[in-house]
Amino acid sequence: MKPAVQFENVSRHFGVVRAVDAVDLKIEPGEFYAMLGPSGSGKTTCLRLIAGFEQPSGGHIEIFGETAEGVPPYRRNVNTVFQDYALFPHLNILDNVAYGMMVRGIGKAERHRAADEALELVKLPGYGARKPGQLSGGQRQRVALARALVNKPKVLLLDEPLGALDLKLREQMQEELKSLQRALGITFIFVTHDQSEALSMADRVAVFNNGGIVQEGTPQDIYNRPRTRFVADFVGSSNVIAPEVMKSLGGEHRWASLRPEAIRLATEGGVSATVAATSFLGAGTRITAEVNGTRLHVMVPAGEANLAVGTPVRLDWSASEVHYMDGAA
Amino acid sequence: MTMTAMTMPTTPPANPAILPGRGGFFGGLSDTFWRRPKLFLFLMLAPPLLWLGVIYIGSLFALLLQSFFSIDEFSGLIVREFTLSTYAELLRPSNFDIILRTVIMAALVTITSAVVAFPIAYYAARYARGKWKAFFYLGIMLPLWSSYLVKVYAWKLILAKEGILTWAFAKLHLTWLLDGILALPVVGGNSLSISYIGTYLVFVYVWLPYMILPTQAALERVPGNLIEASSDLGATPNQTFRHVLLPLALPGIIAGSIFTFSLTLGDYIIPQIVGSSRLFIGQAVYAQQGTAGNVPLAAAFSVVPIVIMAIYLWIAKKKGAFDAL
Repeated sequence: MKPAVQFENVSRHFGVVRAVDAVDLKIEPGEFYAMLGPSGSGKTTCLRLIAGFEQPSGGHIEIFGETAEGVPPYRRNVNTVFQDYALFPHLNILDNVAYGMMVRGIGKAERHRAADEALELVKLPGYGARKPGQLSGGQRQRVALARALVNKPKVLLLDEPLGALDLKLREQMQEELKSLQRALGITFIFVTHDQSEALSMADRVAVFNNGGIVQEGTPQDIYNRPRTRFVADFVGSSNVIAPEVMKSLGGEHRWASLRPEAIRLATEGGVSATVAATSFLGAGTRITAEVNGTRLHVMVPAGEANLAVGTPVRLDWSASEVHYMDGAA
Repeated sequence: MTMTAMTMPTTPPANPAILPGRGGFFGGLSDTFWRRPKLFLFLMLAPPLLWLGVIYIGSLFALLLQSFFSIDEFSGLIVREFTLSTYAELLRPSNFDIILRTVIMAALVTITSAVVAFPIAYYAARYARGKWKAFFYLGIMLPLWSSYLVKVYAWKLILAKEGILTWAFAKLHLTWLLDGILALPVVGGNSLSISYIGTYLVFVYVWLPYMILPTQAALERVPGNLIEASSDLGATPNQTFRHVLLPLALPGIIAGSIFTFSLTLGDYIIPQIVGSSRLFIGQAVYAQQGTAGNVPLAAAFSVVPIVIMAIYLWIAKKKGAFDAL
């Protein structure tokens, strides 16, 4: 089967700014793919290249095996959920959702019926007569989703669609998006700067930096085995340890990452440290301990220890938990 | 306790929770206005509302009142009795022709202005940035800085038989085209400067900025991602224009058309300088209240644009032109 989206050495330059630089990627049909990175890393430009709002300066893009360069957005069977939803303010919700069918010349009765069904799918039945301005952020987000999905696109692009929602709603929408994607089997490509969102939702994650993909893999891969210091810094709450410190702690003279959960408090052995700060996180307590001039985060289960700042502790971990990586930013 | 007593003597604390009043007349006034915001609003609005209500609207009503009087045919004196006979006079063919001529001209000028203004406004709102935007505003506003009369007389020279336009047509070997246009019935004439076409061109020129600016302001408020969303959902550029851009820009175009339409309805200088000698409403008002001394008829004539504009706006509202506001 042909990949849903394929980039071969794709670049997009704006003058001297290389927004996207020589990117290769392959997204399989039915995959939930996340593009993760800080702002300005090129992830949104990649999405816009797939949607057709941008044309590549170089390279080759295929969507389901067909060349996409020079094809305008309205001829691509790809739909986008925009960051701020981009609902048409002069149309009611039903006509917003039916817009794609309207411009394709589908009759009023049929497109309104399909739009009603789509609104039901996103749990907004009976909202058709309202105007976008009368809806809350979460509801508008669902309308934007219905408006895109109702056209049964081959690929659905989501540009930070949960960014404007509050935490509770965001978590709820994450689950709903995931189950919706499983039920529909449509390829979802999702842009976000929120690492927990990317890790919890995606089948595969591409970490972007400076216009290129730094690492691509499953969420577990990215989290447990960051390839570079940048990925470890950006993706995880992992401890990133400089080569000199790692050596002094009994490891190799290389950049390393060590997950806070992998460190435990020991009564003897290990390295000696001092508690610098503690924060209570509900399910556990995160201790910041100072070791040889470096601060390490240690995650201990709730109720295990109640340590005052300044208490001397011993930290221990098994050598196999230490993950060595490339020092590149 | 002793520490406090030592460091905090009886003088007021250096950093009190409530600061003392600023004092003076303006300090007291600020506090009063803050406590009574409605009073402030009233004082702010009273002078302009008085001006608008009494001098502006009041005099307009006084004028309208005149239209319900009539004139005594023999003495030429105004009969201050309520009558609709002046309005009936408007329907006399010679007067009704004036109204019809003016309304058709205003409609054509408005449509042309809208069509010409849209691409300019679209470019300015969507693409022009920095220096080019400044250049755009300058280009639009510059003609407004010079006297209206100068511009109209300049156009009279441009359109005259001996003018630059005739010369340009001749140089391009297109004299036959100009002659053909001038040979058209009704709108043609001896030269452009004494034809309806000439009047129309000058009207469009003079009122165009009033159409461009509101259209540009409306287009400026259309978020760029709505255009992208429309295209993303499968709409061709033509469909995006019809279903997204035009409905959202319509309030601006309507605002512009209020200017171009009403300004054309009321103008009496342009048709007098450039055009055939047939009267427009503005000229009729001028003639009736001046030389003819028929103030009631002049007043009745000036009611016509008001009624037409009211009908126009009512229809626009019915058609949903302001839904996107």
